[in-house]
This record gives sequence, C-alpha cells and structure tokens, in this order.
Amino acid sequence: MVVRRVLPTLILIGLVVLTEQVTRITDTRYYLTQLTMTAYYGLVIMGLCLLMGYAGQISLGHAGFFAMGGYLSGLMTTYNLEALKGSSLGSMLTTLNLLVSRKDLYGDVTLSVHPWVSCILAVAFASVVAYLVGGPVLRLKGHYLAMATLGFGIIVYRVVLGSAIFGEADGFSDIPGFAVFPGVEVSGRASVRVANYYLAWGLLTLTLAGLLSLVNSRIGRALRAIHGAEDAARAMGINTPRFKLQVFVLSAALAALAGVLLTHFNGAIGPAQASVMASVRYVAIVAVGGMASLWGTLTMGSVLNMLSLRGYFGSLDDAVFGGILIVIMLFAPDGLLRAHPLARIRSLLRGTEEG
Amino acid sequence: MSFELLFQYVVAGVTYGIIYAVVAIGFNIIYNTTGIINFAQGEFFMLGGMTAVTLNAFMPLPLAIMLAVLVTMVVGALIEMIFIRWLISPSVLRMIIITIGISILVREAALHIWDESVHALPYFTGNEVTSIAVGPVRISPQVLWVIGTCTVMVLALNSFFNQTSLGRQMRACSANRDAARLCGISAKNMVTLSFVLSAGIGALAGCVVSPITYVQYSIGTGLAIKGFTVAILGGLGNSLGAVAAGLILGLLESFSIWVMPTAYKDAISIAVLLVILFVRPSGLFGSSEAANLKEF
Amino acid sequence: MERLLEVRNLCRRFGGLKAVENVSFSVKEGQIKAVIGPNGAGKTTLFNLVSGFLKPDSGTVLLDRLAVQDLPSYSIARKGMARTFQHMKLFPKMSTLENVMVGRHIHGRAGFVPSFFNLPWTWSEERRMRREALDLMTRLDIENLAETEATSLAYGQQRMVELCRALACSPRLLLLDEPAAGLNMRETAEMAKMISRIRDMGITVLLVEHDMSLVMNISDEVAVLCYGQKIADDVPLAVQKNPEVVRVYLGEENAQDS
Ligand SMILES: Nc1ncnc2c1ncn2[C@@H]1O[C@H](COP(=O)(O)OP(=O)(O)OP(=O)(O)O)[C@@H](O)[C@H]1O
Ligand SMILES: [Mg+2]
Repeated sequence: MVVRRVLPTLILIGLVVLTEQVTRITDTRYYLTQLTMTAYYGLVIMGLCLLMGYAGQISLGHAGFFAMGGYLSGLMTTYNLEALKGSSLGSMLTTLNLLVSRKDLYGDVTLSVHPWVSCILAVAFASVVAYLVGGPVLRLKGHYLAMATLGFGIIVYRVVLGSAIFGEADGFSDIPGFAVFPGVEVSGRASVRVANYYLAWGLLTLTLAGLLSLVNSRIGRALRAIHGAEDAARAMGINTPRFKLQVFVLSAALAALAGVLLTHFNGAIGPAQASVMASVRYVAIVAVGGMASLWGTLTMGSVLNMLSLRGYFGSLDDAVFGGILIVIMLFAPDGLLRAHPLARIRSLLRGTEEG
Repeated sequence: MSFELLFQYVVAGVTYGIIYAVVAIGFNIIYNTTGIINFAQGEFFMLGGMTAVTLNAFMPLPLAIMLAVLVTMVVGALIEMIFIRWLISPSVLRMIIITIGISILVREAALHIWDESVHALPYFTGNEVTSIAVGPVRISPQVLWVIGTCTVMVLALNSFFNQTSLGRQMRACSANRDAARLCGISAKNMVTLSFVLSAGIGALAGCVVSPITYVQYSIGTGLAIKGFTVAILGGLGNSLGAVAAGLILGLLESFSIWVMPTAYKDAISIAVLLVILFVRPSGLFGSSEAANLKEF
Repeated sequence: MERLLEVRNLCRRFGGLKAVENVSFSVKEGQIKAVIGPNGAGKTTLFNLVSGFLKPDSGTVLLDRLAVQDLPSYSIARKGMARTFQHMKLFPKMSTLENVMVGRHIHGRAGFVPSFFNLPWTWSEERRMRREALDLMTRLDIENLAETEATSLAYGQQRMVELCRALACSPRLLLLDEPAAGLNMRETAEMAKMISRIRDMGITVLLVEHDMSLVMNISDEVAVLCYGQKIADDVPLAVQKNPEVVRVYLGEENAQDS
C-alpha cells in the first residue's frame, strides 16, 4: 500500500537523476536550462490541474497570477531603494537582512529588497488577490466563470502592459539571481545550471507528492464531488464555496511561486507571460493530460513545454497549442493517455446512427 | 464642454456601441440554438474585415464586401460541421475549450496569411477628411454607414426571426430542442444555420467598421470580450437587450476618456463585465428567475 | 415526543407562481412523516426550503428548535439533516465506496494542510472512514458494489447507493425525495422495508412519495400539499378519508386514467 503510493514518486526522482546524467554523458548540458523552465511551468500546471481537473473550476486567468509573482518579485529586487539608505528605517531593514546591497551591471551599488522577502511578498500578494477575486468569481459557473477569469487575466495583462513601473511592453530585465540557500542561486548562469535543475525538479517533485496525497484524501474526494454534482456535495455538508476558494488560492500561489522562480532564473519577464494565450496554454496542457490526472498533466506538460521551449514548433507555436486543444477535446476529452481510439470511434458511429 | 464635442463623443459611443451589439447578437444567435458561447465570435469579425481588404485589391468594394461576408459564412458553416455537429451532448467545459481552440487556430491562420500589419478598407464614400453636416455639427459619412448598416442588420434579423418560417424554426429550436425535433425541424441544420448567420453579421460589421477602426489578426479576443459583456448586460439570448446594452457600453467607453487615460478604455468593459457577472448575471433586462432555468 | 423539525408559515414564490404558500407542519423525533400531493404541488420546493437549497420568502424552519432557514445548505447538513434528490445526483467517475465516503465527509477533519503533507493521522482517519462506509454498505446489502462506478449501476441500485450516502452522514433527520420513483414493485417493497429499518435505527424520516401504498403503509403521519398549500396533515387513515384529499387525488387519478 505504502510502496504503491510512493513508487511513482521514486520513479520520477530516478528519471530526474537519469536525465541529468544522460545530459552529462552526452554533453548536452544546455538541455538542462529548458528542463528547469519546464519544471517551473509544471508547478503552474499542477495547480491548475487541481483546480480544473479535480474541482472542475476553469480558470482562463492563471497567467495573471504567474505574472503577478514574477513581476512583483522582479520589481522589488530591482527597484533601487537608495533613498532609504540614510534613514533609520533603511538601516533597520538592512540589519534585518530584508534589504540587500549589490552591484548592478554598471558597477553602481543599489539597495533593493532581499529575494527571499520579495518572493514571499509576491506569492502572498497573489494569494490575497486570488482570495479576493475568487470569492465572487467562483460563485459563477460554466461560461460565466470562464469569461470572468479571462477578464481577470486581461486586466493583469493590461496593467503590466500599460504601467511604466512594470516596464510596459519591455517588461523587466537584469533581474538578479535568487540565492535560495547559500551557494544555490536561482539564475541562468551556466555554472549553477545543474543545481538549478535539481532545485526546480526537486520542488516540483515535492509539490507533486503533496498534491497526490491531497487528491487521494478526504479533501480530494470532496473536490471531485464538487466537480461531479455540486448540489449533492453541499447536501453532504461540504462547504463548497470554501473548498473552491481554497483550491483557487492554492493554485494561484503555485502559479505565483513559479512566476517568481522562473523570473529570477531567466533574469527577465515580459507581458507575454501575462497574456491570454499563456493562460490558454496552461489550460491546454491540463486538458491534454486528462484533466483529473496529475501524472498525465505532468507528463504531457513536460513533453509539450520542452518541445515548445526548444523551438520545435517554430512560428506555429500558438497554433500547435490551439490545434492540440481542439483535437484532444474532440477525440479524447479524458486526455491523450487515457484515450481508446477504437472505443471512441465506435461510440461516435453509434451516436450518429441514433442522432 | 462644447455641444459639438459632446456630440462627437455621443457619435463615437453609438458607433462602437452598435458594433458591440452586433457581436453580442452573434453570440446570442449561437447561444440560443446550442447553449454554447462561441469564444471564436470575434474572429468572424476579423475574418470579414481582412478578407474584404484582400479582395478589394481585385474587385470593386461592394463586390469585395459581399464576397468576404460569403467566405466568412462558409468558414462559419465549416467550423460548425467539422467541430461541433457530431458531438453528443458535450459538457460546457469541453465546448468552451473547443471554441477557444478554434479562435486560436483562426487567429494564427490569419497571422500567417496577413501577417501582423494593420489593414483597412477605403472609406465607402469620400475619405478620412470628408464630413457631412448634421445640424450644427459635422460627422464622417463612414459613421453613418456603420450605424445604418448595423441598424438595418438588426432590424432584418428581427424580422427574420419573427416573420419567416426558417426564423421561426430556429426560435422553436432554441425554446425547446426536443419538441422542435418532434415537429420535424432538423435541429442540427438549425445549428449550422446559426453559425452561418452569426458569422455573416460579424463579417459585415467587420467590413463596414474597418475604415474607422482598422483590422488586425489579433482584434478578435478583445472584441469577443466586449461583445460578451454586452450580451450578458442585455440578458444572454435577448437581442434587443443587446442593442440597448451595446449603446450603453459604447457611450460609457466614449465618455470614460474624460475621467481616465485612454490606455485604460478597454478595462471599462471588463470591469462592467465583472460587476454585472457578480451582481446580476441575468443582465439589466432579464429576469433573474428566468436566468436560473438556463443551463450554464 | 420532541419535535425534531418544525416548519412555520413557509412561503416561496417563483415569479408569480406561489410554489409554497404558508405551509406549517412538524416532524416528531423517531417518526416517518410523508408529504404527498399531485405533480407540481410544491413538495420538492418544500424540501429545498427545509434543507437550505432555496431561501424562503418568509417563514421559519426549526431543526431541533434552532432556526436554520438562513443557513447555507452545507451547514444545515452538518446539523444533522441529510437528503436525497428526486433526480438522483450521484458523483460520476467515483466508485460507490467513494460516493458513500463523501457522505462521511463531515465526520472527518483532515483539511488541506494535513492532507497535503500526508500526516500519519490522516491515514488512520482515512482508514476509519473507509471502514465505516463499508460497514454501512454491508448493512444495506450493497457492499458488493463497492468498487463499481456509481453512475454505471442499475437504476434501483443507484437509488440504494444514494440512500446509503445520505445515511453515511449519520443524520438525525433524513429527507427522501421520491425514493421509490422509477423502482419496480419488488424494489419498492425493499425500499419500504429499508425506510422502516432506518426509522428503527433512530433516524427521523421525512419523505415525499407518489406511491400511495408505500406512504400509507409505513408513515406515521401524512401531510398533503396541493398548489403550494397544505390541505391535510394527520395519521394515514384519517388523511385517506379526508374529503378534500379524496377530491384532489381521485380527480387526478381519473384524469390520468382517461
Ligand atoms: N427553480 C424554479 N423556478 C421556477 N419555478 C419553479 C422552480 N422550481 C419549481 N418551480 C415550480 O414550482 C412548482 C412546484 O414545483 P415542485 O418541483 O416543488 O413540485 P413537486 O410537488 O415536487 O412535483 P413533482 O411531483 O413533479 O416532483 C411547479 O409549478 C414548478 O414548475
Ligand atoms: Mg418533486
């Protein structure tokens, strides 16, 4: 029983290590960069899978939370607080290690928020926004919920695109690395590539393990009940509004965390990360993975993100995701890994005869 | 504020408002026969405008517009026949995702055909600087074209649904699909027809407005959100409500320039959308009891 | 006997339609009380009002002397009222056992954080809930369906599973909306026996039912609704003799025959 529950996670860990070893032996270390990014996108997708696949609540605005995390952390770690330097507040914050000085590209010393602090603040902010937005939004269903979350995503996009403080169309660049532990820095430098790879996949594995135990618990059952028949779930005493809100906040926090880490890893973030298309991609991956399947979502998400990040889809990138969405939803609404092509074709034929 | 400026704001508001109303009516037509919100609705508009621009290089304007509308209608029919027709009672979530996928595909196809550049048809009469006097103020004739065409379109649709037998069949379908089928109405063909109609009116609106607003491959999503806002505001499925709501949103946007930067103009409609969804999802004119009976 | 449920002057309209109009009645602890009435009489609406799925325009619902009409349905469920639905609402894509375990939901306490971190005590709680659900299923004689997907079962079995799921809440008051609808004669008889057994377990039952013989055989009291109004409320024999009830029912019966 216990073995069966941890075995898949162990296999995942094995695969992660194996992949790293393979890149070492075949001298293809550069793959690790995209693999790291894939892992961070994996965080967003796992959260969305919980929300959409298990609790049955669609969100077309998750890129908004991702961008919120990335942009806020980017802003706080690059915004020069030199003005605070002389003040008692500044020195207090510096002694508490909440502010750090560093040299920027041009050798000037700048004072800015410590990445740990900015990370926590950014994720907390996104969670609070999710809590506030989720209250009214999650009362909606179906098309209304889709449109409301889409609207939320567009507002975030407009704000980052239209605000000078967020760099308008250029976004942020030159964002410093994030020293998670002494010696382990989230940044794109080649010297820390392996450490970053393990950090990202380690985090993803832990998240996956947590989410797996969550979906197999009393809570997961309640979420699936809400998905299947919300009225009946309420009749069983399940506090449906609270559960939906909690899942929404959890998935938003995961998206924001991924946003923070990926932004520090890339050293940059732009408005495209907040766009509707970005949100739709996350939805597409959850759909391809089979909606209520964390493993399926992880597998398909890794494959698709890897291919996309390596540029295999070229200028057809968005079209590929759009096409995938349609094909999966038409022919295999339970996900690619669970599709039984013959059974579906048979049921289709039967359906048309009746109809 | 001078009277003239005020008038200009009103004219701009009405022009955009009626466009939004047409997009909203497109939503309504499909929603009424299928219960689907077609997220690709804005793409019909874009497709109409773009195709007309291309065709106009080879033929006179009226012909180009007619052909563009026709082409878009065919695209609408194809979309329905390829992606929608054979699905057996699909879930709402599935339909949302499929229509989003369609909208992405259409948009990406447009990007590859017409690239990112902005296009526009020539002014139907005169040019950018022509204006005609309406009482004490002057407005562009194209504005009259837009308002006129859209009004005629709304009236024509209205009489189509009320007076012709085909229109009545479509309404029967939306009222009760099973009962309509028992009366020998082919519900599936009605659905195709609703896509064709909705594509057609979207395309025509895209053509008449393109000299003023220009068209680009990516305008669909923004327009769809506004059209949807208007459809909800007017009460989903209620076309006259959509006209009123369209005018309200158009005027609201137009006058918002007084109080906030133009860059945030688009945020108005989204804010309106969110507010109306939270406060009164049945719309301004719909009854909330009736809304409870709808399946979302 | 204590009055477990007391409904006073409940009103609810839909637009111009008075679905429930000034209805008062009470259910005593340990009773089986039935609500009958022709189609569209407002029985389901009454159930929805009592269980918090609809809010009344006016009137009060007292569950064990506590006013619950303003509470959300899930809070009412936690106070010991479970219900089934006229049109069954089993959870799709979940096994029968899982369906019943959802019924045990309110008797567990593992929240998001303990479940996410897989704390050992959540395992033992999970095992306990599983055992309790299986025990209950054994008592209702459906334990052999445990691993089957609930929505793929035969209609009669689904009714039984829904009943089992509601019982899993360990309610004090059980609301059954037409539990025998769509069942054949043998299944109906079984259901009647089951409802009596549930009462014998000490659970109070309020039920809506069209099957007259079932209602008259097992109920301790019967209330009759017609066009949203209560026209009778008494022991079965008296209700059967009530002239107004006879008029309403025979009128309807005749109409159905022709
Ligand atoms: N949500 C609603 N909106 C509008 N009208 C409703 C709604 N629910 C019920 N009604 C109406 O209220 C009346 C009572 O309905 P209700 O379902 O309570 O009857 P019932 O006694 O349960 O009937 P049946 O025996 O058919 O189950 C009916 O006329 C019905 O059409
Ligand atoms: Mg009923």
